[in-house]
Amino acid sequence: MTITVNLTVNGQKVTRQVEARTLLVQLLREHLDLTGTHVGCDTSQCGACVVQVDGVSAKACTLLAAQCEGANVLTIEGLAKDGKLHPMQEAFREHHGLQCGFCTPGMVMSALDIVRRHPSPDEATIRKELEGNLCRCTGYHNIVKAVAAGAKAMRG
Amino acid sequence: MATNGIGAAVRRREDYRFLTGGGTYTDDIDRPGQVYAAFVRSPHAHARIKGVDKASALKVKGVVAVLTGADVAADKIGGLPCGWLIHSKDGSPMKEPPHPILAADRVRYVGDALAVVIADSLAAAKDGAQALKVDYQPLPAVASIAAAERAGAQTVHDDVPGNQCYDWHLGDKAAVDAAFAKAAHVTKLDIVNNRLIPNAMEPRAAIGEFDRATDSYTLYTTTQNPHVIRLLMCAFVLQLPESKVRVVAPDVGGGFGSKIFHYAEEAVLTWAAKKIGKPIKWTSDRAEAFLTDAHGRDHVTKAELALDKSGKFLAMRVATKANMGAYLSTFASSVPTYLYATLLAGQYTTPVIYAEVKSVFTNTTPVDAYRGAGRPEATYVVERLVEMAARELKIDPAEIRRRNFITQFPYQTPVALAYDTGNYEATLGEALKVADYAGYAKRRDASKAKGKLRGVGFACYIEACGIAPSAVAGALGARAGLYETATVRFHPTGTVTVLTGSHAHGQGHETTFAQVVAEKLGVAYEAVEIVHGDTGRIPFGMGTYGSRSLAVGGTALAKACDKIVAKGKKVAAHLLEAAETDIEFKNGKFSVAGTDKGVGIGEVAFACYVPHKFPIDKVEPGLEESAFYDPANFTFPAGSYICEVEVDADTGTVEIQSFVACDDFGNIVNPLIVEGQVHGGLTQGIGQALTEGCVYAADGQLLSGSFMDYAMPRADHVPSYKVSTKVTPCTHNALGVKGCGEAGAIGAPAALMNAITDALAPLGVRDFQMPATPLRVWQAIQAARGSKLAAD
Amino acid sequence: MYDFAYHKPTNLADAAKLIGAKKDGRLLAGGQTLLPTMKQRLAQPSDLVDLAGVAELRGIKAEGGGVTVGAMTTHYAAHTSPELRKAIKALAKLAGGIGDPAVRNRGTLGGSIANADPAADYPAALVGLGATVNTNQRKIAADDFFKGLFETALKPGEIVLSVSFPAPKRAAYRKFANPASRYAIVGVFVAETANGVRVAVTGAGPKVFRATALEQALAKKFAPESLAGASVPAAGLNSDLHASAEYRAHLIGVMAKRAVAAALK
Repeated sequence: MTITVNLTVNGQKVTRQVEARTLLVQLLREHLDLTGTHVGCDTSQCGACVVQVDGVSAKACTLLAAQCEGANVLTIEGLAKDGKLHPMQEAFREHHGLQCGFCTPGMVMSALDIVRRHPSPDEATIRKELEGNLCRCTGYHNIVKAVAAGAKAMRG
Repeated sequence: MATNGIGAAVRRREDYRFLTGGGTYTDDIDRPGQVYAAFVRSPHAHARIKGVDKASALKVKGVVAVLTGADVAADKIGGLPCGWLIHSKDGSPMKEPPHPILAADRVRYVGDALAVVIADSLAAAKDGAQALKVDYQPLPAVASIAAAERAGAQTVHDDVPGNQCYDWHLGDKAAVDAAFAKAAHVTKLDIVNNRLIPNAMEPRAAIGEFDRATDSYTLYTTTQNPHVIRLLMCAFVLQLPESKVRVVAPDVGGGFGSKIFHYAEEAVLTWAAKKIGKPIKWTSDRAEAFLTDAHGRDHVTKAELALDKSGKFLAMRVATKANMGAYLSTFASSVPTYLYATLLAGQYTTPVIYAEVKSVFTNTTPVDAYRGAGRPEATYVVERLVEMAARELKIDPAEIRRRNFITQFPYQTPVALAYDTGNYEATLGEALKVADYAGYAKRRDASKAKGKLRGVGFACYIEACGIAPSAVAGALGARAGLYETATVRFHPTGTVTVLTGSHAHGQGHETTFAQVVAEKLGVAYEAVEIVHGDTGRIPFGMGTYGSRSLAVGGTALAKACDKIVAKGKKVAAHLLEAAETDIEFKNGKFSVAGTDKGVGIGEVAFACYVPHKFPIDKVEPGLEESAFYDPANFTFPAGSYICEVEVDADTGTVEIQSFVACDDFGNIVNPLIVEGQVHGGLTQGIGQALTEGCVYAADGQLLSGSFMDYAMPRADHVPSYKVSTKVTPCTHNALGVKGCGEAGAIGAPAALMNAITDALAPLGVRDFQMPATPLRVWQAIQAARGSKLAAD
Repeated sequence: MYDFAYHKPTNLADAAKLIGAKKDGRLLAGGQTLLPTMKQRLAQPSDLVDLAGVAELRGIKAEGGGVTVGAMTTHYAAHTSPELRKAIKALAKLAGGIGDPAVRNRGTLGGSIANADPAADYPAALVGLGATVNTNQRKIAADDFFKGLFETALKPGEIVLSVSFPAPKRAAYRKFANPASRYAIVGVFVAETANGVRVAVTGAGPKVFRATALEQALAKKFAPESLAGASVPAAGLNSDLHASAEYRAHLIGVMAKRAVAAALK
């Protein structure tokens, strides 16, 4: 079944005809060429595909494009403005919170959701709240530091 | 030191693209006219293929082609090769059964591919793969080392009796037996080094493409070593001229060894692209990755350490059985032999060591190198034995190590390696200080007061990195060279492009290699661009594995820089009208000794490309130099890890309270990146010891086949680490570097298991096998209580 | 994933009509279990009826000493609801421990209980609190709702509207999570209610169940020490990679004690 979905992605209104079975992550990667959102598993565990839907984090591999009709989606590509990194992105760079970069977009998007709920997260909170994101490179040490620093920068 | 030169914690230049979604991983690439592949994989661990009904898949909407093992055989496509020939004790070569890229008559593990369905969409390809009717005749399967070795066991390959690949040994058995005979104490351990599934976050992917106009192929693939893939695929599998094949490894999302190997899918897509006439893309999903990425470890070992009364090590005897899986993966045979038994001396003066290693085929996924590759297994044997001996002899674990440390270098071990340098006392001393070992008893009592068992564990590991030299490795059976290459190409206006045979998939070479060039040539860090991962652009290189990139690839780069300076001196001498012997080079400037006359390297580069005033009779125009570097020896990073845990005996839960690592990686180019490598390695090592267990059912079905059942370490499984370094520069490479990529994964499991068994010792637990899941810990406690009750 | 027809009704009547008309149709709530199942081709619904637009399934209302939670309430909304937190803190806390943050933003109460995963958290709360499931056809007591492995009392086409939870005197939930999936290896919900003590166990058996031996022990005195000597037999409990039946039986006792201690705090 082909359906039409209308949504806003990174501030741009988009309309696409897709099969009903199209996942949000497929819409982003294959139809909108936004390949920053990654697929690292098929059981909703790894978090490489985390984006924001209407201001809260969601796993784009576990969401149909159809469910996002009218939604406002923010992906990793929508964070930096005019070439300037978002404070959370900057914190990841400063603290070496990424290595191969594959989990990174999902980590950053989840980090923003953590800050939304916990503006001043401590280490234990950050570690607990990252339970939906896997990283095989960093051992999480520098990601945890980066999330704390990013949260601090966002508080201003 | 230049601002962004060697030793500076430069923030990575890779990060902007990765942080903004601008990375280009293989699955991000689409080629014009591309079609999609789905592999049909055996659901049986062992079965005869009686028939494949292609029509059943071809009638699915969108399916373009179905290719099977029969098509592979008809085209006389070769099998996947193994890169290291091991000889058994009796001198016979190891068994190397054929490893077809698509199975034709028999499948040998769950996930073994027998057909590929190609369609105009991924969904259609998967629909077609599901529709393909295969007539299997299931055969008995052997899914473990024990099952494969049982008398009368089903053979995985008809011409491999007893499923034994080889029966190899190293060391002086008679001397070891003699030393054991007169030992005051012998410590024994039975060890299972648990099988692991690598799980780089980026699943493997590839695109095969054929250009009819030029009769040439391009393969985009998630590999750590594009030239090795091209060589193996062209020379052994597809019999193509390498000049007609380009292999591109774009951004690669982690490897950890699992992306070293030449996989069947790469050859199938390249072969099929010509048959179909269209680019073909395949991306593994995670379930497929669990079944088909080469697994790691899987050893069963009996280990013994002989000591005198004072705790001096007299001898070590190790008998290991290693699981190869169903076929020999690219470097599988070398991992439990030359990358394992040669490391059994550890940091100690144990005078005689004997190891025998039998490897067997089973109906499981092939097993090959995984972060550390042999060295974690060796370290686990040595460091568990040492700590257990300390407990048995009631000697402090730090003290027993000190009594046995190698202190004189170079040091020839009884297991072939010659350590060039090291200072084990320094790393142990620092780790003890950072860990506040002196205050441990207090912390143990505090844990006890809140109902928890506390334990402390050590591991003093050694590793051998940058495997080399080629001539020695070749004599031991390696079928490839072990050098690395680099080209430094100045552009007329003074910027530099570096072409390196090393490959980065998270290690940050684009940053660190530019730091090396900035330091060596005195050019601005920003003016140096690093190119890697494309056989169409870079010189022939061996890629990245075994923590070799900086020690081997970086040294090649330093040598190429030296050649640039040597040529630059000739040109500068001409420009400055001085004798070449009077020219000095420092901080990017060629100057005449004892004068203020000088010329910058940028101007020299310009003169090389616009050779109006140029010593054309002495040197050629242009400024580009290449170097191949074949190391004289391995490098020997080493370090000391101390871990403290708390165990909740009611549930069996282990919580890591602190983890201290002090490593000696030789000189350090970028401390930020080195620390990151240690953090990541430690977490993988902790994962092995605490959460990760690959489990096969007796019938060969993979039970831990997804992230729902295979527990990857998460952020809340691990603490913030306390890492530091001590430096003894490597004596035989230009940068004095040793390599840092695998250390954490090598040292962590032993430290953690030593800590856990220490915590449980008061309950009567002596030892149990990794991973120390809550279930295993609880069962170990129950077993100890049971035997205590029986004894009472 | 197999293809399907997608529907998004905007009211309950339309949703009921749609799902009633499609033999192989499935209701889509948060989709956090259904979609992964479909991705692995383990389910092949002809139609998906998305309940996200049905207003009747939303909202959290405190009433008569209890709380009624709409079926489409996300775990995050339940976790952060002031009404729920005030009335039954243990339930709000349980919702905050399901899955992970992104899953909690999409996963729903109705979806969770209709799926009836034997290791899910919510079933323990429903049974532990003696809740009532309100559907578009009837009211079902929690004790009668969970029938077996992924099996409920729901009839084809029946839609869960909400769940009514009576407020207990005190309650707490303790989960021993599977380190891989984060589902419960054992989860124990204890509640001291107007109708006695209830102890519900998830993760350990083919479906959520009440540990009557523990309930009896706690009925005398609602205190951790009352559980000394009381236990759930290992026979019939799940045994898998992560936990043997004996270990699960042991964990039920440990988690129950800890839950009781937490409830008393």
